[in-house]
Amino acid sequence: MSILRALIRHPSGRIGVVIIGLYLLVALAALLGLTPHSPLKMFAIDRLKPPSLTYWMGTDLLGRDTLSRLMTGIGQSMYIAFAAVAFATLAGTVIGLLAAWWGTLWDGILMRLMDVLLAFPAILLALLIIAIVGPGTWTSITAIGIVYTPIFARVVRGPALSLKQRDFVDAARTFGSSQSYVLTRHLLLNLVAPLAVQVTLALAWALLTEAGLSFLGLGTQPPTPSLGLMLSESKNLMQQAPWLMLFPALTIMLGILGFNLTGDALRDILDPRTQGRTA
Amino acid sequence: MSYLAQRLLIFPLILLGVSVLVFVSIRLIPGDAITAMLGTEAGMLTPAQRASLATYFGIDQPVWSQYLRWLTGLFQGDFGVSTIYARPVFSVILERFPLTLELALLAMLIALCVGVPLGVLAATRNGRASDLGVRLLAMLGQSTPSFVLGILIIFVLSVYFGVVPSMGSFTPLLQDPLANLGQLIFPAITLGFAFAASVTRISRSAMLDVLSEDYVRTARSKGVSAMSVVWHHALPNALIPVVTLSGVEFGYLLGGAVIVEQIFALPGLGRLVLDAISQRDYALVQGTVIFIAFNFLVVNLLVDLAYAALDPRIRLGGR
Repeated sequence: MSILRALIRHPSGRIGVVIIGLYLLVALAALLGLTPHSPLKMFAIDRLKPPSLTYWMGTDLLGRDTLSRLMTGIGQSMYIAFAAVAFATLAGTVIGLLAAWWGTLWDGILMRLMDVLLAFPAILLALLIIAIVGPGTWTSITAIGIVYTPIFARVVRGPALSLKQRDFVDAARTFGSSQSYVLTRHLLLNLVAPLAVQVTLALAWALLTEAGLSFLGLGTQPPTPSLGLMLSESKNLMQQAPWLMLFPALTIMLGILGFNLTGDALRDILDPRTQGRTA
Repeated sequence: MSYLAQRLLIFPLILLGVSVLVFVSIRLIPGDAITAMLGTEAGMLTPAQRASLATYFGIDQPVWSQYLRWLTGLFQGDFGVSTIYARPVFSVILERFPLTLELALLAMLIALCVGVPLGVLAATRNGRASDLGVRLLAMLGQSTPSFVLGILIIFVLSVYFGVVPSMGSFTPLLQDPLANLGQLIFPAITLGFAFAASVTRISRSAMLDVLSEDYVRTARSKGVSAMSVVWHHALPNALIPVVTLSGVEFGYLLGGAVIVEQIFALPGLGRLVLDAISQRDYALVQGTVIFIAFNFLVVNLLVDLAYAALDPRIRLGGR
């Protein structure tokens, strides 16, 4: 809670938190079916209608309401982003902690494996995974999760290695704390700060990648609305129906901006050395 | 062991890991290669024809021997035969690579030319309005995905200027440099935009760090002009993190080309990967992915070397 308060006091963190909150609210509303129209319903006589009082953000080629689709799409994006980052955080933290804790041989093996994953440009690794499993919501979650796992492993391993050398860890082991207790209570708890920053920035990136994969037609599959897909569908209609392009484009940008602002603010707050150094 | 020796030793190991990963992933794809290749016509094959095709593509061998054959082939530039192009994979890759390489280099050039001056400007005006403006712009830049920017650029060009960026065609640089630049400039801006934002941020924070160093204060107190302090004393050191970032980012630019080439319909390596995936051309997916990963790794290694050359603390101290 004190972190949230600090975030709200931080000038750019405040904006970020408001954006994220807004997106979560919209996603929740869409989940509860509180969209102005059904996101899938085709109003055959109202195709490609510009924004109006009935359709605030206009309709698409099939006569579907853009605002309703956008709201559902935000929900879909947030769901994939949060699930993928949860996956990556969990897997990466476990790998990084164990590598640091076991040391030597295991450290070498685990971290080299992570290096192999990092040897691919992120989008390419995601594409490779999609090629194997076939596109879909769960594939996107897994692919984005796997791509981000080595980054979390690295973020955790470094500090965990230096924590391992500290006296309080030695002390805990001397008076007989179990391994798992030391790992969770003494190591993990001290890693919360670097992890929190990384999680927020990873969410921004996951949102971007999800939209990118959907844009390529390899993420969320129709008819489920997704921001990336809406944008790529708008491409051939941009002259007649620019609203089909502008609203998803702005929605994607604003969402990523929200997480980026929050992540940077968190870094400022949790790491005093960088105060004012990140632009 | 010194940092560099360590890096050099690990390099082939990682490369081997990458090759295993790519190879195994492709084997995990459900469905057999021959059906994927021929589609419905595969049903018309006699068992004997099927077997001879399997022998031709080498997929009748056990997996490990297929892997060894593929790996030894890689060293000789033999990446197998593409089923969609019915040509050696390597020749298809070499045909598409110049576009992607040029696109990535151009994007990087744009990003550095925009990012470094902006970052330096912001650092020297720390806290003032121009600093705030640059930071805001950089934040927006980092939050703009290439596919959003690309579509917006096409939109503005076509609706307000009536120009449709020439899409789908590509003129090699040496054949007609102007036409080539005309085709690549907007895709390169699209690709390099977010990177320009990161360069701005990194150069700003590196510059701020360097400007507070003692030697900069000494230079100032000796009466060196403000311009000279910034450009001659501080900038070379502030550029070290920019070099590292550029190396890492170059690989991402190669990968990011997938999306940008798709938007602008450019026949580069990125679109080749997408086509290969959608048409299940195993050899082509394998070949292009490992080719890109290899380039990515080599660039990263070169960056490490450059980094060590620029910063004696790493060259001498090890990590």
